[in-house]
Amino acid sequence: MLSLAGISKTFNLDTPSPNPALRGIDLHLEPGEFVTIIGSNGAGKSTLLNAIAGVFPIDSGRIVVDGQDITNWPEHKRASLIGRVFQDPMMGTAASMSIEENLAMAAKRGERRGFARGVNVNSRARFREMLADLGLGLENRLSDKVKLLSGGQRQSLTLLMATISRPKLLLLDEHTAALDPKTAQQVAELTNQIVKSAGLTVLMVTHNMEHALNTGTRTVMMHEGQIIFDVSGDKRAKMTVADLLNEFSRLRGESLADDRLLLG
Amino acid sequence: MLTFPVVAGVLEQGLVYSLMALGVFITFRILAFPDLSVDATFPLGAAVCAKMITSGYDPFLALIVSLAAGLIGGLLTGLLNTKLKISSLLAGILTMTALYSVNLRIMGRANIPLLRQPTFITILEETGLPQQYVPLLFFFSLVLIVKLVLDWFLHTEIGFALRATGDNPQMIRSLGVNTDAMKVLGLALANGLVALSGGLVAQYQGFADVGMGIGTIVAGLASVIIGEVLLHPQSVVMQVLSVIVGSMIYRLAIFLALRLGFAPTDLKLVTAVLVIIALAAPNLSRSRRQSKLLARLGKGVVNGVKPGGN
Ligand SMILES: Nc1ncnc2c1ncn2[C@@H]1O[C@H](COP(=O)(O)OP(=O)(O)OP(=O)(O)O)[C@@H](O)[C@H]1O
Ligand SMILES: [Mg+2]
Repeated sequence: MLSLAGISKTFNLDTPSPNPALRGIDLHLEPGEFVTIIGSNGAGKSTLLNAIAGVFPIDSGRIVVDGQDITNWPEHKRASLIGRVFQDPMMGTAASMSIEENLAMAAKRGERRGFARGVNVNSRARFREMLADLGLGLENRLSDKVKLLSGGQRQSLTLLMATISRPKLLLLDEHTAALDPKTAQQVAELTNQIVKSAGLTVLMVTHNMEHALNTGTRTVMMHEGQIIFDVSGDKRAKMTVADLLNEFSRLRGESLADDRLLLG
Repeated sequence: MLTFPVVAGVLEQGLVYSLMALGVFITFRILAFPDLSVDATFPLGAAVCAKMITSGYDPFLALIVSLAAGLIGGLLTGLLNTKLKISSLLAGILTMTALYSVNLRIMGRANIPLLRQPTFITILEETGLPQQYVPLLFFFSLVLIVKLVLDWFLHTEIGFALRATGDNPQMIRSLGVNTDAMKVLGLALANGLVALSGGLVAQYQGFADVGMGIGTIVAGLASVIIGEVLLHPQSVVMQVLSVIVGSMIYRLAIFLALRLGFAPTDLKLVTAVLVIIALAAPNLSRSRRQSKLLARLGKGVVNGVKPGGN
């Protein structure tokens, strides 16, 4: 479903202090795989998701989604294949527009937009049903502006918007990190529920190790722009957070040693 | 004092300039794009109308061509910004400067009088409409049509995409909308309305002048802000209405300022001061609140509170 081959990206390339954020990422996801990504600050997790979504061009490598080479597609064109939820609840919705208007825009993801009414009776009924499933009472507030919603409500709405048109790939970047623990828990459960019922292929960045292990089907660890660890199946099922942390310090040591070797 | 011609005059001006204000509303409020090219697309519309009418073309055809000329002006600003990555302010200024020469080229001189020329007024008078109501009725119908079309458009799928482009471009791009195309579309639409307004004003007041666009942006902003302050619009339909109402009130304020003895040449200063006050009011009251808060908290440093910030 997703195939990354040799993705590299260096920021500030032509300056005295180039910043290699991605250094040859290879990653292959089968349809329905749900991969959690962990790694310390600045490891390149967000950069990887941005590269896949097409926020900036990459320096080298190929990105293939659902059999289509999208390496040179502009961001808005990739949207037909990719849904996204950002860390900041403000990022995923248009605050001055209503709940139903936001959902209607998301329902047209990647399609041609014309002069038809943005929201009609049918779509409104459909939105009401979907919102009722969230259990947040939003189904009675369809014409409320999104800026009136709480962070958790906005993030739940964003999640609905990212998945309403069944994207081939869902990218989640610490999408529960800005929420209070209880709301974060709810949004995380909602994520699992939607992903399962729609059978989506997912890349999810998280700083919560426990989450990383008990959500999804596979976990990869990034460090300094590389994937240094990739675990799934039985091995992952048996893993604890402590194992993961041990693995991390061992591998990080190795990669530091590697670097020293390379530099030396 | 308040005779019919006086009242009608204020209403007529409020209506005809509201088309310009709607253009400013589209760029500033919907697209969040501070477009200065309107200062030149307004006289562009006037220049096109004046030149075509004095060359013997139909005044209504001249209005349509004015609108089209404005569309192209907005298109230019949009392409400068999106394709050449020139900042929004500078793109508008460049278009404005370039169009100044174009306007002079079109007119051939700085001023074209339209006395004793056919205009939409003379044509409509021939249909037997009562003479003194003609401009008012025509402007009212036109503004009503433009308002209804704009209300409709802003609720279509494309209209949603346009509004989201001003609100959260990152988000609407991630939903597959080419925000550059939306910006260009919005700017073209806005400047088309502004030029149409310019063309109508030229026919209404009986001349086109190359300098008649100076301060268009500020007058448009004043109308938008007055409408917002008075009506607190919560929906798109009300927002559009508030711009039209704001334009009427603004023209009334100008009329009263003249009555109070301000010279016509002072009006731009009056308008600018009006807009400054309206823009500063929320910030001033907030920083006063914040300094009070800071004072109450004694010498303690309050994180994240920036007095006077926006
Ligand atoms: N647009 C950008 N321009 C320049 N440098 C960038 C940009 N985006 C990211 N970087 C740099 O790339 C590196 C990787 O950043 P990235 O945001 O991908 O880290 P991350 O793994 O998501 O970290 P975190 O856990 O803190 O979110 C950092 O050094 C960062 O400063
Ligand atoms: Mg990040």
